[in-house]
Amino acid sequence: MTDPLVIFDLLLALSIVALAVASLSVRDLFAMIVLFIVFGLLSALAWVRLSAPDVALAEAAIGTGVTGALLLKTLHHLRFVAGGQGLRAGSGGTSMAPAAPVPVPVPVGVILANAAFCGLITLGLAVAFLGAPSAGPGFDALVADAMPDSGVAHPVTGVLLNFRAYDTLMEVVVLLAAVVAVWQIERGLSDAPAPVMGEVWQGFARLALPAIVVIGTYLLWVGAEAPGGAFQGGAVLAAVGLLLLLTRAYVPRPAHRGIARGAFVLGTAAFALVALLVASGGRVAFEYPLEHAKTLILLIEGMVTLSIAVTLAALFHGREPVALPKGGRDDT
Amino acid sequence: MTPDLIYGLTGIAVFGIGLVGALCVQERLRRVLALKLCSVGAGFVLVVGAWREPPEMPDPVPHALVITGIVVMVSATAVALALIRRLQTLEATDER
Repeated sequence: MTDPLVIFDLLLALSIVALAVASLSVRDLFAMIVLFIVFGLLSALAWVRLSAPDVALAEAAIGTGVTGALLLKTLHHLRFVAGGQGLRAGSGGTSMAPAAPVPVPVPVGVILANAAFCGLITLGLAVAFLGAPSAGPGFDALVADAMPDSGVAHPVTGVLLNFRAYDTLMEVVVLLAAVVAVWQIERGLSDAPAPVMGEVWQGFARLALPAIVVIGTYLLWVGAEAPGGAFQGGAVLAAVGLLLLLTRAYVPRPAHRGIARGAFVLGTAAFALVALLVASGGRVAFEYPLEHAKTLILLIEGMVTLSIAVTLAALFHGREPVALPKGGRDDT
Repeated sequence: MTPDLIYGLTGIAVFGIGLVGALCVQERLRRVLALKLCSVGAGFVLVVGAWREPPEMPDPVPHALVITGIVVMVSATAVALALIRRLQTLEATDER
């Protein structure tokens, strides 16, 4: 009964919880983000232990990698804005002095009541979890029965792109909506200079870029039979975009906006077109004909991967590339 | 002590920590991060629900749901962070 892996599980679980607490309580915002990245990678490890390698890959690449990059970029921007003003209050020594006109302090009682409320909810969830039947009937038998009709050999890919393809289509639409929203929010705002990596990193990028491209494409291709797929591959390819942006090997120009927009829409459009084409043949949308199922799924995945890579890189870059005069703000 | 019990409780604990952070912390960046912690906690519980005793394959449907959730969460985070950047810049120009 004393499985050595149980000790590993316990240690991993403890460190995950400790890192979650630490990332929320550490003072320095940079340290907070770094702790969060470690937390995300350890959660990915825990999901590998729960035999969910697809989820672990997605969490490591998107949930931790891309989110961490987004957080660091925002921190860079906030520090630039706060530092450029020269009127930081310096209260409490926080690295991001809230520049709000009146930082209203919340009474301690309210915070304690909130915390007690959250504790109650968590306790209730824990009781519900412990009282739940251990292994309820899932969808695994249904999926296993239907797998021969899906055109791919890996169950998670089959579910994502065949059985529950509407979910995945909507997910791509959400990503598209996010990039539209970010471009709108940041319109006319181009103060902070983009972060740049030093010279050593330029050499690193030259070495790493081809490897990342190969890994991302491999993840996409292998998704049909093994853990991997469009989202994981897309996120890895987005890292190429991030490195190119960070090393200034690629500088977004206003003229590239059309290409970028095309790439954002590509995944959604290809996905929807395939659904419509399939539906026009007297079938339900996404009921791929079996002989073409793998081709169609790979086609959709390829387009979606490209879209995801470009969209995630654009989300990192933030503002739309506009030919603004230097320091041109809305109202100065 | 099986992995599902250990990691299920971990997930609920992480969710609770994130909830406290989202409601009780004032810094904006930290709040966004707390919400992200909540989503990871929820992902833990779903993945645990899909787990079966090792010889059997885990249930792929919750896995697909969690992957979808991760992508939706990164979209939401990106929009929230863009709002934070814009807000900070506007406040800085207001005070000038």
